[in-house]
Amino acid sequence: MKSIIALFTILASTASATASPEAIKTILAVGSEGKGNKEAASAWAEIIKANNPDSLLQLLTGMDHADPIAANWLRSAAEVIAGNLKSGDKLSLNELGAFFLDQSHAPRARRFAFELIRKADPQTAESLVPGLLNDPSPELRRDAVAQLMDKAATMNSKENHSGAILLYRQALGGAVEPTQVKPIANALKELDVEVDLPRHFGFLMRWQVIGAFDNTGRMGFDTVYPPEQEINLEAEYKGKGARAKWQPLISSDTFGKIDLNKPLGMLKETVGYAYTEFESAGARSAEIRLGCKNAWKIWFNGQLIFGRDEYHRGQRIDQYKLPIQLNPGKNTILVKACQNEQTEEWTVQWEFQLRICDSTGSAILASNRQATPQQAPLERRPRRPKKSS
Amino acid sequence: MKFSLIIPILFLASPLLLSGADWLQFRGSDNTGVATSSKIPTSLDKDKHIAWKTPLPGRGLSSPLVIGERVFITAASTSDQSRLHIICLNSNDGSVRWSREFWATGRTVCHDKTCNAAPTPASDGTHIYALFSSNDLICLDLNGNLKWFRGLMQDYPNASNSLGLASSPVITAETLVIQIENDSDSFAMGIDLQSGINRWKIPRTKRANWTSPVILKDGAVALQGSSGVTGINAATGKELWTFGDGASTIPSSSPSKDGSTLYIPSNGITVIKPRADNNTPEVLWQQAQLRPGTSSPLVHGEKLFIINRAGVLNAANRKNGERLWRIRLEGPFSGSPVTTGDFLYIAAERKGLLQCVDLRGEEGKVVGTIELGETILGTPALSSDALYVRSDMSLWKISEKK
Repeated sequence: MKSIIALFTILASTASATASPEAIKTILAVGSEGKGNKEAASAWAEIIKANNPDSLLQLLTGMDHADPIAANWLRSAAEVIAGNLKSGDKLSLNELGAFFLDQSHAPRARRFAFELIRKADPQTAESLVPGLLNDPSPELRRDAVAQLMDKAATMNSKENHSGAILLYRQALGGAVEPTQVKPIANALKELDVEVDLPRHFGFLMRWQVIGAFDNTGRMGFDTVYPPEQEINLEAEYKGKGARAKWQPLISSDTFGKIDLNKPLGMLKETVGYAYTEFESAGARSAEIRLGCKNAWKIWFNGQLIFGRDEYHRGQRIDQYKLPIQLNPGKNTILVKACQNEQTEEWTVQWEFQLRICDSTGSAILASNRQATPQQAPLERRPRRPKKSS
Repeated sequence: MKFSLIIPILFLASPLLLSGADWLQFRGSDNTGVATSSKIPTSLDKDKHIAWKTPLPGRGLSSPLVIGERVFITAASTSDQSRLHIICLNSNDGSVRWSREFWATGRTVCHDKTCNAAPTPASDGTHIYALFSSNDLICLDLNGNLKWFRGLMQDYPNASNSLGLASSPVITAETLVIQIENDSDSFAMGIDLQSGINRWKIPRTKRANWTSPVILKDGAVALQGSSGVTGINAATGKELWTFGDGASTIPSSSPSKDGSTLYIPSNGITVIKPRADNNTPEVLWQQAQLRPGTSSPLVHGEKLFIINRAGVLNAANRKNGERLWRIRLEGPFSGSPVTTGDFLYIAAERKGLLQCVDLRGEEGKVVGTIELGETILGTPALSSDALYVRSDMSLWKISEKK
């Protein structure tokens, strides 16, 4: 242990050859379709050749301004230099720790710094974990949530149910990933505590929908139907086989699914639209996160932000992450969802689930968000009369 | 003077010519799945033949590559599979020589059965070219130095498949050929090995497709998809010929040893011979009863081997499709078979049951099995004296213990 900790002794003086700012600048300049790869490879080799532990902080700081490609170049250089550290090499745990604690740095770079700290001093790293529950880095949060989930499960197994509930609730407060939120909600349900999952995730539950328009031969994806030109909730349009009118659709689905089959019918080769408004308390950056197995397009505040013509290849929460800038007050969202011609059982779904959150995945709730609609009790089939023996 | 410098450089840059025992891409250096060897164990005894087992940091379906005394493997970790791993191990003891991590820049969503590290990397013997389902394409040298990085979903945002991509790249004619075929932005491309820049990019049928390109002779590559198979010049992307009778989107075609004939999973099996002077290949034969499941066909010697959905291994005469024998293996199978010439190897999904079939007799016979105890979805790799197979969590070397 001493030898590992020795790697991270306090830096006494600045070493001579750190990563050249020009080299990092060259890496940051990598462009689309492989442009700048050759120059980046030379810069990367120069940084590795210098092999100076002091370069680590420069590389990590460089990630603050890096696109995802450049960030990987910098990460790789940092990984090699960190891997080359030998006993006696000087790297400041203080400086690395300061970088890690400064939440203005790129979340992934801070995660990388945390992993270096953990490698050098596992005990200190473990002590840092509880403080990461609301960290801007989803990966750091995940560790804190996982730690609480483990403690809650242990408490529950020892029959301390009230303690377990408290810890699960604390874990839920930081949990942003469905793979953690769902088991926490299930554990709490076992303890008779219901979790308002649509609110936790920030799913938008109240929509106006209109349809159906024609999608024969999958042509509807590119066809501009009236809702793409105007939002007039009083209007009627020519639809596929019938007049198309706006109508409300309020979902009570646990995971916010907006099922167009319910108001529009179990149709095929059709296009439907869903419209909603989102009241934001202020201007801020955010993400629309969508799950959808139909072809779709989304307009935010009247601007098309993305579309995808893939059908029935699977649907997940947060399948697509679309950055947006919320305006203070009213923001509008229009979703186009296309159903195709397939007839297999697994192609029935004509639906989507959409939420608004920050870059960590934490819900951003509308300032006028209403209570989550309650699920209707399940309809039970009448029991068959018992046969008399 | 100039020649004395150039010749060694050419040799250094062409290790494919120098090390025939290497396994450089999906189903081997020539995509045939064949590596003639008599040193790989056949009786398969767990105590005698597991030379080593090394834990992996994440899931994967990709096959290992073998270059000299190094074994390369890819994996993906974390709950969203956004951590990409490329690992180099020492073949003699399974120790990790180096390991590199990257962050996925594209969508990582996959069907639960597959994962982000589904495509097998390719190598020219001096570099590793690792492709992931998130469409991250990474070039490292054999010492783990980063040479270039492409985020193809950053360049082409709709190039993805929500079930996951699995097509493996191949290298021929100094070009890395990849198929990114899906329901939305579907294409194939040739990438310059040195710079990572596109040499060519051609549109492909908008339909999900998990098959891999296949190397043919004279610098040609076969691209298989739902509408059939297209032969292209790997260096330029120029279309050479088209077989338009449809083909599977899961098992890939297999080439003959000389790359002149292609065994296509189409209407059972259809065998074609491309012609230099005609853009319509000659159809040699078609056999509807030889219908591969997920595993790709295997051609060796005078035989064609097909594993169907029921896990039955069929041997047929490769010249006319006449069935010679069939035996039931213990499936199901997601990976493809490989052969040392006299013996065929394949690993079953459940329990990781590695099976060895003796091909020398009148009928095939299972002569060895090892239950590795973990789910195996990938295709084994062969070297001159060992077989390598991976599960989600481990990589094994199967050989005579030294």
